[in-house]
Amino acid sequence: MLLEIKDLRVKAEDKEILKGLDLTVNAGEVHAVMGPNGSGKSTLARVLAGSPGYEVTGGSITYDGKDLLELDPEVRACEGVFMAFQYPIEIAGINNTYFLRTALNSVRKHRGEPELDAVEFMQLVREKAALLEMDQAMLNRSVNEGFSGGEKKRNEIFQMAVLEPKLAILDETDSGLDIDALKIVANGVNSLRSPERSIIVVTHYQRLLNYIVPDFVHVLSGGRIVRSGGRELALELEEKGYGWIEAEMAGARG
Amino acid sequence: MSTTQVAERHASLAAGFEELKGRPAFSAGGASEGRIAAFERFSRQGFPTTRDEEWRFTNVAPIAELRLSPAPEAKADSTLVAGLLPLGQDAVTFVLVNGRLSGPLPRLPRGVAVRTIANAEAGDLLPARPEGGTAFTDLNTAFFEDLLVIDIAPKAVIERPIQILHVTVPGADPLLVAPRIVVRAGEASQAMLVETYADAAGDGVALVAPAVDVELAPAAFVDHVKLQRQNNRSFHIATMFVRTGRSSTFTSHAVTVGGRIARNDIVAVLDGEGTEVTLNGLYVGAGDMLVDTHTTINHVQPHCPSHEVYKGILTGRSRAVFNGKIFVHPEAQKTDAKQTNKALLLSDEAQINTKPQLEIFADDVKCTHGAAIGQLDTDALFYLKARGIPERHARNMLIHAFASDVLNGIRLDPVRRTTMALVEGMLELEALEQE
Repeated sequence: MLLEIKDLRVKAEDKEILKGLDLTVNAGEVHAVMGPNGSGKSTLARVLAGSPGYEVTGGSITYDGKDLLELDPEVRACEGVFMAFQYPIEIAGINNTYFLRTALNSVRKHRGEPELDAVEFMQLVREKAALLEMDQAMLNRSVNEGFSGGEKKRNEIFQMAVLEPKLAILDETDSGLDIDALKIVANGVNSLRSPERSIIVVTHYQRLLNYIVPDFVHVLSGGRIVRSGGRELALELEEKGYGWIEAEMAGARG
Repeated sequence: MSTTQVAERHASLAAGFEELKGRPAFSAGGASEGRIAAFERFSRQGFPTTRDEEWRFTNVAPIAELRLSPAPEAKADSTLVAGLLPLGQDAVTFVLVNGRLSGPLPRLPRGVAVRTIANAEAGDLLPARPEGGTAFTDLNTAFFEDLLVIDIAPKAVIERPIQILHVTVPGADPLLVAPRIVVRAGEASQAMLVETYADAAGDGVALVAPAVDVELAPAAFVDHVKLQRQNNRSFHIATMFVRTGRSSTFTSHAVTVGGRIARNDIVAVLDGEGTEVTLNGLYVGAGDMLVDTHTTINHVQPHCPSHEVYKGILTGRSRAVFNGKIFVHPEAQKTDAKQTNKALLLSDEAQINTKPQLEIFADDVKCTHGAAIGQLDTDALFYLKARGIPERHARNMLIHAFASDVLNGIRLDPVRRTTMALVEGMLELEALEQE
């Protein structure tokens, strides 16, 4: 297996958000993590990427045989963990292409691969940019600066395409996307599906899952995975809403 | 403190002034009365103290304690000079050593006329100025022994940039250097000026107190870059006065990467309809440096935009002061003034005092100001790291980005590159190959 999360407990600002979460992801699988707002979906994504501001108080995350929680965020990225940000950061003064080349070469260096020179890199960028229908102007701008919401999300998946991670976590990548942008992003993600690459799609809505069809769907509620199933679970949630699961959980607890 | 006490404390300057009176430079162009008045004013008031509102956060006691004597004529090593010219040979180059033009005049492009103390006119020596000078401006007036007057003829477009290098060659005693530059851009003319202030030695102590006057006739364009890279034992307290005529455009980039105490006072008067002034700056403080910027932008005519972006990067125990005054007079309707001041504090001990000061007496204007002081953006840092970029390099990239926001406004590539290299040197940053 690629990722095994066991009994993960996470606090942010003294509030416990994840309360014993278990999740196992094998290589090549696509998992959707769904849940109502505030259930801890984004916390899970950010903790996997190593975002500051969270305190892991219990449990473990094993990634590719390593203790993920022991690794700095940049080492996680070099080891193949990629999170597409829910709110990508604008960085004035850093050219998008330069940023990505620096990132790719950092990852390649970590893997013991030779760095790409400017020409090789531009070739790769052109190929991947076409996949996400990114134009040259976007590549030459500062990182995410002045990008629309949809452009930012596309830029995230573009970065994923260039960095070729082993584990990609898409944190509400569908939010703020109109249907055309959603299709472009989903196409990009689907083209990256492979037997070696696992994807965790964190989303509130099942709409994205029409385009990125998951192998497994998990429902996160109250800081735990409360139900797991196949794709049909997402459709059921779409139809009935999250209240149904929450009521059932309350019933089970009562 | 009584006048006598102040005078005694500055006995070395007073002696120097008496000596200067006997030299022809002193009375050239009938300026002697103005010089005597300036020195009397200085003798009466002495150096400013922190009780003076304009110097509240800038204690110049280390300067007041020096036994300053007027800088003598000196020669600078030609290899050293060549290494300090950001534009190399690709410019009309003037070298001033200890405030005096050194060597023969360069070949001047058509449309450029130059005068020095030998042939300066009365109006060159004591130009009419808006209010806003300091005690150091008075010292400059009293002590300058040469000046460089650059006249750009009407309609002349000077494509070769004009490069002025000021070098201080130290003596046994701390020196007072009084460089004086006057630039007059004729109607619809265009010129670029790059000034560099540097020391010939890493340990010479000097107070460099330049006064620069820039006057733009209607529709003139002047682009001015100042790079202050003095050693960390010397002092640099400068005043620049700018007056812009109708529909003219003045752009200033002031970069400070040197000096123990460095201060720029810039006073701009937008003195014609539709004139546009940009005052940008970047300063880097390290060690015990104190970097002070005081700008005054006077909007006295309608339909004038002004833009001001000052950014600072502070490490060690360095301190910075920023005071940005914008006055909008009652006639100055449709003024569009924007001021931004940002500082990046890279150590716990670094600090900045920042004060925007907008006084608006017209009702149909747009004036904005913003200040942001802080550390590196942790969200941005995490974003870069989350893509595999090591912490050290990610920080490096963000600091570069912060600085290049101002430096990218410098149009001459070699000047921009030289400046960035100096910033990198001060902050011990690796160069980036970002184009």
